[in-house]
Amino acid sequence: MSDAPTLPRPAAGSRGGRRGLRALAGHRTLLVGVVLCAGIAAAAGLADLIHVQAPGRMRMRDAFAAPGRLYPFGADNLGRDVYSRVVHGARVSLGIGLATVGVAGIAGTGLGCVAGYFRRWDEPVMRAMDALMAFPAILLAVAITAALGPSAVNAVIALAAVYCPRTARIVRASVLVAREMEYVQAVRAIGAGQTRVLLGHVLPNCSTPLLVQLTFVFAYAVLAEAALSFLGMGPPPPTPTWGNVIAEGRDYLREAPWICLFPGIAISVTVLGLNLLGDGLRDLLDPRLSVEGA
Amino acid sequence: MGRYIARRLLATVLVLLLVTLISFSIMHMVPGDPAVVMAGVGASADQVQRIREQFGLGAPFLVRLGHWYAGLLRGDLGQSILLGRSVAQAIGERLPATLSLASLAFVLTAGLGIALGTVAAIRPNTWVDHAVMSLAVVGVSVPGFWLGLILIILFSVVVDWLPAGGYVPLAQGAGAWFRALVLPAASLALLQVGLLARITRSTVAETLQEDYVRTARAKGLSTWVVVGRHAFGNATIPVMTVLGISTSLLLSGSVVVETVFSIPGLGRLMATAILARDYPVIQGGLLVTALLFVVINLAVDVLYAWLDPRIRYE
Repeated sequence: MSDAPTLPRPAAGSRGGRRGLRALAGHRTLLVGVVLCAGIAAAAGLADLIHVQAPGRMRMRDAFAAPGRLYPFGADNLGRDVYSRVVHGARVSLGIGLATVGVAGIAGTGLGCVAGYFRRWDEPVMRAMDALMAFPAILLAVAITAALGPSAVNAVIALAAVYCPRTARIVRASVLVAREMEYVQAVRAIGAGQTRVLLGHVLPNCSTPLLVQLTFVFAYAVLAEAALSFLGMGPPPPTPTWGNVIAEGRDYLREAPWICLFPGIAISVTVLGLNLLGDGLRDLLDPRLSVEGA
Repeated sequence: MGRYIARRLLATVLVLLLVTLISFSIMHMVPGDPAVVMAGVGASADQVQRIREQFGLGAPFLVRLGHWYAGLLRGDLGQSILLGRSVAQAIGERLPATLSLASLAFVLTAGLGIALGTVAAIRPNTWVDHAVMSLAVVGVSVPGFWLGLILIILFSVVVDWLPAGGYVPLAQGAGAWFRALVLPAASLALLQVGLLARITRSTVAETLQEDYVRTARAKGLSTWVVVGRHAFGNATIPVMTVLGISTSLLLSGSVVVETVFSIPGLGRLMATAILARDYPVIQGGLLVTALLFVVINLAVDVLYAWLDPRIRYE
């Protein structure tokens, strides 16, 4: 492709080389994603071992202590160790995120299969999904938790309701393609029942886009849970979550900016890790999906 | 074109019907007796009864649903429990602040995103190019409300350049308006800029490979004229798609960012209503925001069809 020599800094010539680089970058993305996610997951799992002190332990004498040897991320207004609260917060955030992935994944897959496989159900199911997607994600989640009451379980219900339509859409699209495949026709011709065709032959072919989508749902859910908690709609206060630690630190931006700083970094690192993991998985498993477009 | 718009309008009406139904149902998801929850802790039986009557909570579901739709047709969203005025009035008062914030954030996003993306396309593998790519990844990973707090620490605490919150209406001076809104707008826009820049970069870079661009350059036109006159046209559709999505995300993000910066907008109205269990305001706010969303999507679709005739004849 050296037929465009007049272009400024022609992308020509180096094209093959760049494609190789991009493939490598794809795997590097995956690698960085895996490392970040594993790190955060380990912190959440080992919270009781790696924390400095119990996340609820107060020592008023040390209120607003700056980050140092005793308090790695500083202390908050009640003299609690911010580092320990961030580490324990990881447990809550990842837990809610994972539960959301589970519920939204199962509900979305179910609805997407029904809509994609049974023509009769396509319109009603997908119009309902469109309506749910017409609301701003955070706002709908906030409104649902407002009605149900702030708690971890209700946050999962709200977030699953918000992210299930996106999952259903992806699954439906793959089912629509898979159901017309020749091998599916063949299975049907042999006399397999609807359920068997759907679960045994159509669904396995939707697993790649589903896996990629659920990784992104995990990332959105962690971000949205932080916002819910920040607004006071997550698990109630003695439980540390990244969002409510930031909300508590908000009044002390001048005296102790570290209370807000570190939980936010934890959120960003987690979501970044999940996004990179999703991008990497997509590039690795199905290069066709990585075509740009939102 | 008329036919296309009619078809899109019909689909929109259907979605709106469902949206109003979902907004209505929110109040009915409250476990137990909504009247007790709305009256608050320590309310007497009389107060609970008054609320039940005032909001017609004793009536059967279908009757209440009928009331809801009848009210909507008159533009009546009900009465706020706490604010002592109608929900429509409360929302009307708060909407200008939210729209101001969203517009400023939109201008920042579009301006920075398109400019950075174009520069990155013309000069690939320079620092601008790398910055655009990293900004796109970081932008989808950082929570907007936290970015807002960090900007407050930087620009109001470390250096005292900008106010940490509050809102000044545009009528009281553009300078003060801008100073009050630039930090919240930036914390919304910074998350979107990378995404827009990345799309702009890839589409502009793609069109730069086209034959007609080569012809334009062969005529002796300068790089910037070629990009401005010939390459931008093709980039419009993908850039518009992302701008449409960005607008929705800006509106959505303003709910939390308004709380951080104490801006009296729709988002903060909703946040306070939620903590106070003012359900009519929650319902109304949810409905109005969804309405804005639906209108934006419709506008983007119609713009597409106008820009690209292929879409009209799908």
